[in-house]
Amino acid sequence: MTAYRRIGRALLRTALQAIPTILVIIVLDFFLLQLAPGDAADVMAGEAGSATEETVAALRSRFGLDLPILHRLFAYLDNLAHFSLGFSPRYNMPVAELIGQRLPGTLLLMLVALAIAVVLGLALGSIMAVFAGKLPDRIISVLSLLFYSIPGFWIGLMLIVLFSVKLGWLPSGGSGTIGSDLTGLHAVLDQLRYMILPATSLALFYVAIYARLTRAAMLEVKSQDYVRTAAAKGLSPFTITTRHILRNALLPVTTMAGMHLGGMLGGAVVVETVYSWPGLGRLAFEAVMGRDFTVLLGILLLSSLVVIAANAVVDLLHAWLDPRIGVR
Amino acid sequence: MANASLLSVRDLTVKFPRIEPVRNLSFDVSEGETLAIVGESGSGKSLTALALMRLLPKAAQITSGRIDFSGRDLLKLDDRSIRSLRGKEIAMIFQEPMTSLNPVLTIGRQITESLRLHEGLSAKAARLRAIELLDLVRIPAPHKRIDDYPHQLSGGMRQRVMIAIAVACRPRLLIADEPTTALDVTIQAQVLDLLDRLRRELSMALILITHDLGIVTQWADNVVVMYAGRKVEQALPEALFADPLHPYTRGLLNASPRLKDDYHYTDGPLTEIPGSIVSAIGENGCPFAPRCPIVRSGCRTRVPDLLVPAEDRLVACPVIFAEGERHVAARGL
Ligand SMILES: Nc1ncnc2c1ncn2[C@@H]1O[C@H](COP(=O)(O)OP(=O)(O)OP(=O)(O)O)[C@@H](O)[C@H]1O
Ligand SMILES: [Mg+2]
Repeated sequence: MTAYRRIGRALLRTALQAIPTILVIIVLDFFLLQLAPGDAADVMAGEAGSATEETVAALRSRFGLDLPILHRLFAYLDNLAHFSLGFSPRYNMPVAELIGQRLPGTLLLMLVALAIAVVLGLALGSIMAVFAGKLPDRIISVLSLLFYSIPGFWIGLMLIVLFSVKLGWLPSGGSGTIGSDLTGLHAVLDQLRYMILPATSLALFYVAIYARLTRAAMLEVKSQDYVRTAAAKGLSPFTITTRHILRNALLPVTTMAGMHLGGMLGGAVVVETVYSWPGLGRLAFEAVMGRDFTVLLGILLLSSLVVIAANAVVDLLHAWLDPRIGVR
Repeated sequence: MANASLLSVRDLTVKFPRIEPVRNLSFDVSEGETLAIVGESGSGKSLTALALMRLLPKAAQITSGRIDFSGRDLLKLDDRSIRSLRGKEIAMIFQEPMTSLNPVLTIGRQITESLRLHEGLSAKAARLRAIELLDLVRIPAPHKRIDDYPHQLSGGMRQRVMIAIAVACRPRLLIADEPTTALDVTIQAQVLDLLDRLRRELSMALILITHDLGIVTQWADNVVVMYAGRKVEQALPEALFADPLHPYTRGLLNASPRLKDDYHYTDGPLTEIPGSIVSAIGENGCPFAPRCPIVRSGCRTRVPDLLVPAEDRLVACPVIFAEGERHVAARGL
């Protein structure tokens, strides 16, 4: 079908356009990271406690940290050209392998959080729009303002206090019951239990945004002529809201959600630290503290890839949701 | 035309917090008849139509009157019962074809929606019926067009789709609110022809709302002239054009270019009615008094009653029957 070919061509174009973007991002990131004081050798030496000038110098030359800056940049780019993300001095393993271990956990967390945020946001926003100006609208407005303004780590801590410490319903950290040999559905459910609190803490901020966005969009759509046409057909208020109003109000929400997917990685750093969730966010945090720039560059590269992919997905989603757009 | 009455509106008043855009309006529509409601912009035509569908904006209130539709008072029905009438027995076509269709649903989906709701058709049967309907409203290649989205259609085509939606369940009454105002002239006639053909084929009654008197002659059985929410004159179209009584109707005819040649009603230049409809706000007497060429002091104190100068004829102006005035009013001075 021509539609599929058009979609394919659009995706190819996106991928080709992404290459120069990513190159610029890498170079910029590389120089920015050089501005941080100290390097991996300093940190390792500091941790070891009794390091002499000579051992630090030896570490540097072993990791290539003593080379001139441009030399190191080209070495890194050369690695990339050979599909390698380099080697981490601190973890003593290839960066790609390191990221590969952590990526699934973070992606899962982010996607679950985004799903929670979109579903809850749309539901709450719809309630607000349907009851605009009435009590439910007011209550949810206040709640969403709270979610919006309270920092993620604090929400995380409070959720732990309530659901893990007081009620004992959910685990307070980790990513699965250690030593359990669960399989199949049970393993999934076990993981889900560990995921609920971190994903919720990550999601609440976005729930607030999507709820307000949905409310505004629905109120705008509500006064459109085609909603009156729908009412003139004798449809019930529920059908009118879901089929005609919500469907049109989805567009701004999906745009936002796509843009947020990249930003969520930043939130993941905090949430993963609070819940000791073994993901990329925590790896990034550790890499910064250890001045392990090869790992950090790898993570930054990956997150820009995630953003670009998310944008492509949003474009496709839009073409599907809004027939007027089409695939360009 | 001497059919049984299908719709009977009595003393309908629609009120917003600050204004009353429809006041004490009464009219009847018989089975299979076309009633034209004519009046300039702002005279309350659309609000009357929406009141019949019980689709008035939230701020509006129906403060008095009854609307009897084949034996039921529409104003007394609960929400569920009125919904079961909408789209099924009373359907409506709106003024704006460009924005009246949902941009993200295919036209097929928008037509089948009411078929599935009111007639309980399966998805497949509804689709077949929708293709028939598109064919009925003369959309070429309906089996292809059915999967189009509204933005792929021209304004005239969209209005045809709106008509297909409206007649999908063979309503007994179709309200067309300025169905052709947004379309260009060649398409206007096609759409009106289509409406008239469907009215006959589906034996519907039609309320044709317009501000264009030219439309009325050809397509209406009966004409109600509205001004500032009130009925000022009612007549059969031939009588209305041969001998318009109310000064407002005369003004409308003087301002209507097409009628000049057909009816030789005046040989003077086109004249618009001086003043604006806004002047009716706050008038205690006849709403047209501030703009009327033959206004008397008595006109401004009480609302004129509807007089019956002839059979099938009503007019809300006592002054025209005073000697000499008809001539003055006819010249639109
Ligand atoms: N939602 C509303 N709130 C307040 N006033 C309104 C509202 N809708 C309509 N009106 C007023 O009611 C009056 C009649 O409006 P209506 O839309 O029925 O006019 P109309 O005869 O259909 O005019 P047009 O030919 O422009 O469609 C107008 O003066 C308008 O300002
Ligand atoms: Mg109108």
